[in-house]
Amino acid sequence: MQLLPLTEAIATHVHDGDSVALEGFTHLIPFAAGHEIVRLGRRNLHLIRMTPDLLYDQLIGMGCAARLTFSWGGNPGVGSLHRLRDAVERQWPRPLALSEFTHAELALAYQAGASGMSCGLMPRYGDTDLGRLPGTTLRTLRCPFTDRLLTAVPAINPDVTILHAQQIDAEGNVLIRGIVGAAKEAALAARRVLVTVEERVERLSADMNAVVLPSWLISAASIVPGGAYPSYAQGYYPRDNRFYLAWDEIARDRQAFTAWMERHVLGVPDHAALLRALGVAA
Amino acid sequence: MSVPAYTPDEIMTVTAARQLVNGAVCFVGIGLPSAACNLARMMHAPDLVLIYESGTVGTRPKVLPLSIGDGELAETATCVVPLPEIFAHYLQRGRVDVGFLGAAQIDRYGNLNSTVIGDYAHPTVRLPGAGGAPEIATYAREVLVIMKQTPRSFAPRLDFRTSCGYLEGSGARAASGSPGAGPRAVITDFGVLRPHPGTEELELAALYPGISVDAARAATGWPLKLAARIEMLPAPAPAELAALRELEARTRAAHARPIRISLRN
Repeated sequence: MQLLPLTEAIATHVHDGDSVALEGFTHLIPFAAGHEIVRLGRRNLHLIRMTPDLLYDQLIGMGCAARLTFSWGGNPGVGSLHRLRDAVERQWPRPLALSEFTHAELALAYQAGASGMSCGLMPRYGDTDLGRLPGTTLRTLRCPFTDRLLTAVPAINPDVTILHAQQIDAEGNVLIRGIVGAAKEAALAARRVLVTVEERVERLSADMNAVVLPSWLISAASIVPGGAYPSYAQGYYPRDNRFYLAWDEIARDRQAFTAWMERHVLGVPDHAALLRALGVAA
Repeated sequence: MSVPAYTPDEIMTVTAARQLVNGAVCFVGIGLPSAACNLARMMHAPDLVLIYESGTVGTRPKVLPLSIGDGELAETATCVVPLPEIFAHYLQRGRVDVGFLGAAQIDRYGNLNSTVIGDYAHPTVRLPGAGGAPEIATYAREVLVIMKQTPRSFAPRLDFRTSCGYLEGSGARAASGSPGAGPRAVITDFGVLRPHPGTEELELAALYPGISVDAARAATGWPLKLAARIEMLPAPAPAELAALRELEARTRAAHARPIRISLRN
């Protein structure tokens, strides 16, 4: 594990054309890291995330992505991700190829990737159009023991998984607590793991069974307080639901979106400056 | 005709809450389902077990979450488990009694579309997609659907089948081996539709006060059949309305609170 400034961590480990999973289910979404990818102008990324959320709306709208692998692409509790919709419906600012799954399938795909399996298996029932999508990678087989139908979901092994977490200790071990989503599985499935953290402490305040990523699994870490904003970090700050509501209006219009990104992401040196500009940080 | 003293959302929420039996394990979606489950917990079903797909089990939020994973849900939960676990060990293993679903389109057999309007490759409207819906539709012992009724959303044909209801009806779902029983009720802003016991086609089974059969039929994109008996549902009770409005006022206040982050380091 190398402790690096965020710009250097992203510049070193995220390359044009990489498959990149910025995970965190509603909680601990690595916004600061994603914004650094925008500032560095990375292109042709294959973005992977169960719930693309505002962060991928921003990356897609800024033209960073060529493909999206996902299972639910909305603004939770609010409505559409307008930039994602514009890319799919009108190819703006560039066409976006989709690989879509259900939550259970994508969680299983990360788990398979983390376990060194080529695929994960789940029971198969009913008949939906999801299994008939153009280019679907799902396959059906029979259980050798019961003859039941099973769906095989191919493993996902991102080039890079990026997480935001609460704490890193003096040895570089990282603690995630609260809603953990499929963060651990996405990290263990990846070839490289980047982490941003709220703070550095001597010792983690972790239970024995807490989700801790040992330092030797992590490629690089950066200390970025507020790095999940407008998502949240349990124990540090809550989700800014007002921002999620306001985003609906900002992202609806191409010009308003571009102006917001130029001012708040491209126009500032780092995440702390963005938090100050939004009046969120003291 | 007098103007009702409640909104369509309110009577839908109250009607959904009344379907829930105390002690049931509910897999809750965001929006109306979340309001209905928490209202039921505050009224007649204090031991309702709420599971949100973010992995929060047995959560008792004091305010409604905006997202499926607000911190409030984790802080008030019995336990918080990883996503692969919530889908495999809880839902897929058959530990959920009631699942809630909404969608952009529903057909007469309760099949649901939350993926696209129009052609998949060139959609008119790209919807959020499947999320947890297909597995909820499959594994929950029974499903409650909550959605507003219009001729376009109650569609003669789905543009895309994301989640299974009764498939083509007349036992097709059971024949597919699906563990759950399927949509037991569809709660709309007109009343409640339920499947016919034989054909499994959704029929108008209940109406809200002041709503006519013709109005419900006009809001349906297929020739809506009537159940043998149509129940007249009561208006929300004053206690239910008061509890719901207090919950929503607390929620609005909580969501409007400005966030402050201290930049240590």
